[in-house]
Amino acid sequence: MSVDYLELTDVTVSFDGFVAVDSVNLSVLPGDLRFLIGPNGAGKTTLIDAVSGLVKATGSARFGGHELVGQKVHRIARLGVGRTFQTATVFEELTVLQNLDIAAGRRRSALTLLRRRSGVPDEVAATVETIGLTDLVDLPAGILPHGQKQWLEIGMLLVQDAKLLMLDEPVAGMSAEEKDETGRLLHRIAEDRTVVIVEHDMDFMRAFATSVTVLHAGKVLAEGSVAAVQADPRVQEVYLGPGQHSEDEVAAVLGAEGV
Amino acid sequence: MGVLVTQVFNGLSVGSILLLAALGLALTFGQMGVINMAHGEFIMAGAYTAFVTNQILGSAGLSLVLSLPIAFLVAGLLGVLLEVTLLRRMYHRPLDTLLVTFGVALVLQQLARDVFGTAGVDVPAPAWLSGPVEVLGFAFPKTRLFILALAIAAFAALAAGLRFTSLGRRIRATVQNRPLAESAGISTRSTDRLTFFIGSGLAGVAGVALTLMGSISPNLGTGYIINAFLVVVVGGVGQIKGAVIAAFVLGIVSAWVEYTTTASIAQVIVFALIVAFLQVRPQGIYALKTRSLA
Amino acid sequence: MSTLLKSRWAVLAGFAIAALLLFVVAPAALSPFRLDLLGKYLCYAMVAVGIGLAWGRGGMLTLGQGVFFGIGAYLMAMHLKLADAGPGGTPDFMALISSDGVPGWWEPFRSGIVTIIAILVLPALVAGLLGLATFRRRVKGAYFAILSQALAAAFAILLIGNPTSTGGSTGLNNFRGFFGFNLYDPVNRQMLFFIASGVLLAMVALARQLMLSRYGELLVACRDAEERVRFLGYDPANVKTVAYMIAAFMAGIAGALFVPIVGIVSPNDVGIVPSIGFLIGVAIGGRTTLLGPVLGAIAVAWAGTTLSETIPSGWTYLQGFLFMLVIAFLPGGLASLGGAWSGLRTRLRKPPPPSPTPVDPAELTGVNV
Repeated sequence: MSVDYLELTDVTVSFDGFVAVDSVNLSVLPGDLRFLIGPNGAGKTTLIDAVSGLVKATGSARFGGHELVGQKVHRIARLGVGRTFQTATVFEELTVLQNLDIAAGRRRSALTLLRRRSGVPDEVAATVETIGLTDLVDLPAGILPHGQKQWLEIGMLLVQDAKLLMLDEPVAGMSAEEKDETGRLLHRIAEDRTVVIVEHDMDFMRAFATSVTVLHAGKVLAEGSVAAVQADPRVQEVYLGPGQHSEDEVAAVLGAEGV
Repeated sequence: MGVLVTQVFNGLSVGSILLLAALGLALTFGQMGVINMAHGEFIMAGAYTAFVTNQILGSAGLSLVLSLPIAFLVAGLLGVLLEVTLLRRMYHRPLDTLLVTFGVALVLQQLARDVFGTAGVDVPAPAWLSGPVEVLGFAFPKTRLFILALAIAAFAALAAGLRFTSLGRRIRATVQNRPLAESAGISTRSTDRLTFFIGSGLAGVAGVALTLMGSISPNLGTGYIINAFLVVVVGGVGQIKGAVIAAFVLGIVSAWVEYTTTASIAQVIVFALIVAFLQVRPQGIYALKTRSLA
Repeated sequence: MSTLLKSRWAVLAGFAIAALLLFVVAPAALSPFRLDLLGKYLCYAMVAVGIGLAWGRGGMLTLGQGVFFGIGAYLMAMHLKLADAGPGGTPDFMALISSDGVPGWWEPFRSGIVTIIAILVLPALVAGLLGLATFRRRVKGAYFAILSQALAAAFAILLIGNPTSTGGSTGLNNFRGFFGFNLYDPVNRQMLFFIASGVLLAMVALARQLMLSRYGELLVACRDAEERVRFLGYDPANVKTVAYMIAAFMAGIAGALFVPIVGIVSPNDVGIVPSIGFLIGVAIGGRTTLLGPVLGAIAVAWAGTTLSETIPSGWTYLQGFLFMLVIAFLPGGLASLGGAWSGLRTRLRKPPPPSPTPVDPAELTGVNV
């Protein structure tokens, strides 16, 4: 009887007449690891901007029975919607522990806020383990390498207890090993959460996506399993240009099938 | 009806002074994010340039015409000096430029006090600007009409320069997207310096205009700097036409509020109106649209 | 754990030393005149504590603290003038320039209780209104600085423009008593100094608690990445407004104590120039630190008095150059020199700390979320 799923109906975003997202309909269920792919300018990031309240949108975006369109950013976040950004955005001067503690803190009372933190809260300790930063809790987040900043951001979403996680290119700039770890981490996270990932990395997508939505020019072009989307001639046309394409060509751009 | 015409003219007159004071600020704040508190002292420097020019030449008419370009040069060079010595190393923390330039303002003010004395001095207006112009039974002082014309001319020259010259294109490119402008081969360093020269030079012109309004003293600039900044805030960043609308609207509104209440209450009411306006348009009248997250 | 304990002892020792200096050494070593001056500096230091919180930690460049200082000061001055005039009496300066008697809005401040409550509430209230109006609409950075400055300008013009009720540009002065105590009695003046010392120490303790608390961390987070905080479900406008209100609260109390200690308040103490002037001590001491603003404010005020006594125009030049040089070349203030020094010492004493080792990704596996 889970109602915590994401349902977008006719979501449209336009900037001064330029329609960046055009009547997108989309639903993502908990347990799903939904990848949002598409060429540059397809409207992927704008779509999660719209859901998280960063840009104005029309239409309807419902999560857990609440309407998100028209709400303020922090209200949407309080409804259990969390997101990351293309460039990892953490509080550089605060330590890893402080970063996570702030993310965990929105339900705290004003009185707790005015007190000093004593010890490490349980949910923070557990998350630090999960994202593998246990030894680095007291370091300023600003000096972490890029990959670890991304993990810290994901960790912040976890302690925030977000039920809908939207990640914007989480593995950009990571090594192959780090990508693998991130993928496995995301799989575990997705077991009881709704996860949407914007990604350009086709190999990563192929390895970890449970389902894929392809956006093109602000519209949903195709949706389904990785294999189904790869085989879709419209998707091939968008990525490779019109005409027939050999399997090798498709594999080179969209990733090989059958893994 | 008569009251209305007089008050609108008063407002336009106040607005034209605000515009002269704010044009240069809008330019430098828009391009570099620098909040130049010393802009008011550049205005003061322009006014004293007119005073000195008049002392040397004697002829009020000739010295007014000559002091406009000289004051532009003097204030502009002061601006470049400020940019080269202090501001260029501070572009990554624009908020701090406010305090640094406030220090510059203090020093310039004290310097003026030591050189010219604390008491106000007068610059005589030329004969062809004395008295009013009569139109339909209303009397408009010629000095105010001259300032209005000067403000419009300064804006027109600046707008044309931005639109049609290559420097103008470079400035607009830098305002809209600094990294892109740099990678397109524009030297944003030298563009910044030239912008600062022009912006500060306009303060000098404003200073010359102010000598027509009354006596000048070393703290002349402090009276104008805050309102000039409010014009920039209301007008929005990145397009100088916002400053034009804001200056004249603020001028007319404050003239009207001052007429219906008192001068001391008017300042508070205008402040409240500006805060209220920012509730509706926090980015000002015009704003550059970007898609970047803070 | 031992470091926490040690730091706690160090803090207690620090407070004890400060208390000893203020309550024992200063009254013994300084003439009554100098003690009064030090009391005035302590008032500036109170404003500085608040600015350190709002500007250093919260990133809000508050250029209008003179407004809150002035509200506190004028409220106190009004009460003292009314008390001097006796029940139902008219303060001397009013009787001199007009025959209208006491304006209606002065009347409540005949009561000491009402005055004290107003001093504690009104500055924070004004700051809260302006803070919410601007921060909620995401007006920040330079715009906020300019607005706070414009408020100071408007406030000073309002005071000057109403001489019959505020004393105009001369302000309010010539107070004889303070809540029943004679202000000409040196013992009472020393008591005022002790009150100011105690209040300042309490404010430093409050600021310390706030900086170390989770709220303090949140405030820094808002300063450095306001948008990110929003996505964690907080409203940064509220976080910032609270810090701004606390800064105003401190400035208001400082103003209220300034009046009996200095004996005058005028628009010269609250306008644009003094409002920005409050910041230079904070900047020199180190805006993000706890004690930097306090010590910086006292040092700058002391230097100001000393220099003005010898070369009147010298102080303006020095203040100007301090703003230029400290902000441009030493944004962290003198405290950052100390930091650089201790950093250098530790680097000389022991080998550099190992760079953070990347975590073995294997650690990630096998842990349940």
